[in-house]
Amino acid sequence: MARKISNRRKIIMTVLAWSIGFLIFFPILWTIILSFKTEGDAIKTPLQVLSSHWTFESYALVQERSNYFRHFMNSVIISFGSVILALVIGIPSAWAMAFVPGKGTKNVLMWMLSTKMMPAVGVLIPIYLMFRDWGLLDTRTGLIIVLCLMNLPIVIWMLYTYFKEIPSEILEAARMDGAGLRSEILYVLTPMAVPGIASTLLLNVILSWNEAFWTLNLTAAKAAPLTAFIAAYSSPEGLFYAKLSAASTLAIAPILILGWFSQKQLVRGLTFGAVK
Amino acid sequence: MSTHASRAAARLMISPSVILLFLWMAVPLGMTLWFSFQRYNLLMPGQTGFVGFQNYEYFLTDPAFFTALWNTLFLVGGVLLITIIGGMLLALLLDQAIFGQGIVRVLVIAPFFVMPTVSALVWKNFFFNPVSGIFAYIANFFGFPAYDFLAQAPLLSITLIVAWQWLPFATLILLTALQSLDSEQLEAAEMDGASIFSRFIYIMVPHLSRAATVVILIQTIFLLSTFAEILVTTNGGPGNASTTLTYLVYVQSLLQFDVGGGAAGGIVAVILANIVAIFLMRMIGKNLET
Repeated sequence: MARKISNRRKIIMTVLAWSIGFLIFFPILWTIILSFKTEGDAIKTPLQVLSSHWTFESYALVQERSNYFRHFMNSVIISFGSVILALVIGIPSAWAMAFVPGKGTKNVLMWMLSTKMMPAVGVLIPIYLMFRDWGLLDTRTGLIIVLCLMNLPIVIWMLYTYFKEIPSEILEAARMDGAGLRSEILYVLTPMAVPGIASTLLLNVILSWNEAFWTLNLTAAKAAPLTAFIAAYSSPEGLFYAKLSAASTLAIAPILILGWFSQKQLVRGLTFGAVK
Repeated sequence: MSTHASRAAARLMISPSVILLFLWMAVPLGMTLWFSFQRYNLLMPGQTGFVGFQNYEYFLTDPAFFTALWNTLFLVGGVLLITIIGGMLLALLLDQAIFGQGIVRVLVIAPFFVMPTVSALVWKNFFFNPVSGIFAYIANFFGFPAYDFLAQAPLLSITLIVAWQWLPFATLILLTALQSLDSEQLEAAEMDGASIFSRFIYIMVPHLSRAATVVILIQTIFLLSTFAEILVTTNGGPGNASTTLTYLVYVQSLLQFDVGGGAAGGIVAVILANIVAIFLMRMIGKNLET
């Protein structure tokens, strides 16, 4: 028997849900609004802010004064670089564990996960000193290495759960049809693995983009990605609301868009398969 | 069936990540452990040497440690309380039949994708600021004096910011769990005359408790490392009022250059995090078998 949902109830629930959704989203919305105002208008009362005129001025100023684009590119290079490196290392491992599982596979997986549980402060000093001695402080290379290792356990876990879902019967069928190992990997497995690899890439790029412990502690002016660049607004001089908003909007917009595509992967990637 | 050769190939494929992760974990952790027993201050390069448990003694008897420990518990506990209760209510709401469900979902999830430095500065300046913040404006509008959130209640303010960031995560996972609930079971209970309340208590809560445990454990791991939000809002102050364990270790190692003391603090943080991690690992491990 289908349950009958009264229209009134549906409307009440809709109004309630939209109101709460709006409130939760409001800080982001307000940041976007302020980014299109002048500094003088941005500190006025909310109603005055809304009725003042709209401008792209702050975006131009942010780029002009601090070479915003460079920090943006740092973020892009560091987040994609670290995840691609992690995929190169992680795909063979996850592949082997999913398709040729041995007795120790489960233990290896759990051990990899346990490295993720280590709080970053526990290794802050050694990493900092090593980076100092090796000249890796404030370099993109240094951050790519650290973020790659930080995300490697999640990358391998996600890939493993995706690869596990590829039915092994398909492999057997391909083998029966006379496919060699090369064509098996190229024409049968790869097309089935691509969506899983893409999802893994997506979620981990988001995590790296927003990472704010190592990026803040290991960079200064040169290699600073957006997380560190925006942290500099914590002690600014003069009026800065509109500029902070413009810098923030540009920093979160790409990830918000990627994030909308990755809702499902988020649950899967961050719960390590414990919630499906 | 895997042959001997393919087993060997598999080992070869797994070893790079195992070796790298081992180096990444064991070497720095070993160094931290080593430093924690040394007198080692970057400002006093000559005076180094083995000091036994002295660093631990100083760290654990420092009044700042107890403040930091309490602050850490407050932050983690507060965020968990808000996100679990709020997330549960939001998940129940989003599970209802509503118009534009997809859009509401997107609005609710959005804060999770905002980088920590941005969300902290947005809250600090646009909302908490006692002169030009929106909360001050609302207070003045109703005739109340403005409240200086970050000066008068720094820890609570940071807790609110972090809770805003993690509410989407809790909601999303609880919603996923809720949607995997067998609706026939609920309908059967309804037909048998169970009220909404008892349906919630006897069917939904047991089903959701597992997902809620996962949320609690994973969030705890991440929340213990909260750093950027404190750095850009209060710098741990006023005084030590919003210094957590993570932040205290950072101050000691990179601001006071006391490598030995900071290392001891780092080891304490690792031990605390591991207590939580053991429970989480056990839950995930159980799931792996099925």
